[in-house]
Amino acid sequence: MTSSGWLIMILSVGSVTLLLTWCVIKVFTTPEETEHIHGFEQATPDVEKDASDKS
Amino acid sequence: MVKRIKESWNSRLGVILAVAGSAVGLGNFLRFPGQAAEYGGGAFMLAYFVSFLLIGLPICWAEWTMGRFGGQAGFNSSPGIFNYITRKPAFKYLGVIGVLIPVIIYMYYVYIEAWCLGYAVNFIAGNMDFHDISQAGDFWGNFIGISENGSAIGFGLKQVGFYLILVFVLNFILIYRGISKGIELFCRYAMPTLVLIALIILLRVLTLGTPDAAYPERNVSNGLGFMWNPTKHVVEHQAESGAWIVEKEIVDRNQLEVAEKEAIANATKRVRQVTVSEQLLNPQLWLAAAGQIFFSLSVGFGVIITYSSYLSKKDDVVLSGLAATSANEFCEVAIGGLITLPAAVTFLGVAGVAGMGTFGLGFNVLPMVFANMAFGGFFGFLFFFLLFLAAVTSSLSMLQPGIAFLEEAMKTNRKQSVALLGLITALGCGFVVYFSEDVKALDTMDFWVGTFLIFVLSTIQIVIFGWILGIEKGFLLAHEGSAIRIPRFFKIVMKYISPIFLIVIFSLWVAANVFGLDLRTGEATYSGYIKDLFIEPNAVAWLSVALIGIVAALFIFIITLNPEYKKITRKGSK
Repeated sequence: MTSSGWLIMILSVGSVTLLLTWCVIKVFTTPEETEHIHGFEQATPDVEKDASDKS
Repeated sequence: MVKRIKESWNSRLGVILAVAGSAVGLGNFLRFPGQAAEYGGGAFMLAYFVSFLLIGLPICWAEWTMGRFGGQAGFNSSPGIFNYITRKPAFKYLGVIGVLIPVIIYMYYVYIEAWCLGYAVNFIAGNMDFHDISQAGDFWGNFIGISENGSAIGFGLKQVGFYLILVFVLNFILIYRGISKGIELFCRYAMPTLVLIALIILLRVLTLGTPDAAYPERNVSNGLGFMWNPTKHVVEHQAESGAWIVEKEIVDRNQLEVAEKEAIANATKRVRQVTVSEQLLNPQLWLAAAGQIFFSLSVGFGVIITYSSYLSKKDDVVLSGLAATSANEFCEVAIGGLITLPAAVTFLGVAGVAGMGTFGLGFNVLPMVFANMAFGGFFGFLFFFLLFLAAVTSSLSMLQPGIAFLEEAMKTNRKQSVALLGLITALGCGFVVYFSEDVKALDTMDFWVGTFLIFVLSTIQIVIFGWILGIEKGFLLAHEGSAIRIPRFFKIVMKYISPIFLIVIFSLWVAANVFGLDLRTGEATYSGYIKDLFIEPNAVAWLSVALIGIVAALFIFIITLNPEYKKITRKGSK
């Protein structure tokens, strides 16, 4: 690989890696919106409703 | 009629992983490296990042914003959301495209998903001991029934039938479990697993060195050079007409010196350096880069708009959209760009890899590579299992718009909508699998729906956001609850530049791929897809187009039955 090839590869891979890292940090450091934003656990309302109707 | 209870995502991380899972697919690991290498790494990446900023991110943010806005009014599918935002009757029919695209693509995508699972199983079972590329090609041909219609239907270990049923059922079980317990839960585990597997394979590929001393030019460095070098060196010979014809590309420095000496001795040969500027002047490169961004990010599929409709008003869309997009870009550039071609060139050389299409690279070249690698059975299994995971997270996202549409327009519950969509997609998938000769049905449907209609839907979406909803209101909506702000210059980008860029790219694409215009020489011959329909009519191509038309007509009919859409149109508000 040529030196310009190395440069292109490092710039491309580095830029997308930096962008992802920044996004991940930002997502995890925004505490009020990180987990359970709707205040209930994993649920499938209409499926569960069907099941309870049967029983 | 059953009263529906509003579904919702369980966490922000969950929706980000689900959207990223939708975007990360076979294209990241197979299509992207092939495109980048064909057009010269540096020049292609420049056009690629420009396209990312001008169409990828803007359409992505527009979809996230419009989806959440429509979701607040109780709509989860493109027809309902378009109708609600525009208050124009025609747009609910245009919204059908946003349901048609994922449903039709699912019909053939699940077939390819089954190939990935089948290859993973066969690697573990030790059935992939190939000695040359033709053996790998024969295995693939037999596996998918490429020689004769109907020959793909079989249930042995080396036939696709069993895997197809397995992945079809898996998809519908997960989709039946719902947004949070099905899609979100699966993506929460599948996406980190996918990245972990990719990093293990990446480590293996980058430490391959020069596996065969008899071919010193076949090494990782030249593999990376084939992918990333911005200038290319091609050997050309002069035809009797005087035109110079490209013979091959050379990456290895020693081979280049030999070729240059040969060219000095032979007047009908030359070694030409293709510079970055020369490549950037090639419209085909821009078309390829924009197309890759477009299809890779899952924008214009009708998926993001449905996924984001399950968010609440205060949930962030700007950071979530950027995070999902960046996860896809990481998988594509940082993983796909370092695994596929370097591995292939290390074992087969540049000549054995150049010009291979997505399927050729993925299902002929790479199995051959893994077959010749130490612990190849294990790494081959890992790679195709990685593709399988990427495919499942994508195919799940293709089902949700259809489920949302049926629940919304027909007032069915999840069980009924899953059963109806299961029937429609099973019939369509059966059609694709039966007409397997030369993958004609798959190829025709992918061209007209998986490419053509995606351009159309993206253009409609960005026009609705920038011009009908209005760019100021659009930005206000996007920033409700947002963790970060969209830079102000994106107002100009999203209102003017994205639609113009998109229309120009779309026009060039139609000229090149429908009318067969060579964008460099100006010569034109109709593409195979037009020939199949109008010049040398092909029954399977016509049946494929008819299938698309029947599904579209069914969806339009269902829309006419829904009184809620009419109510919005008539009164101007819900």
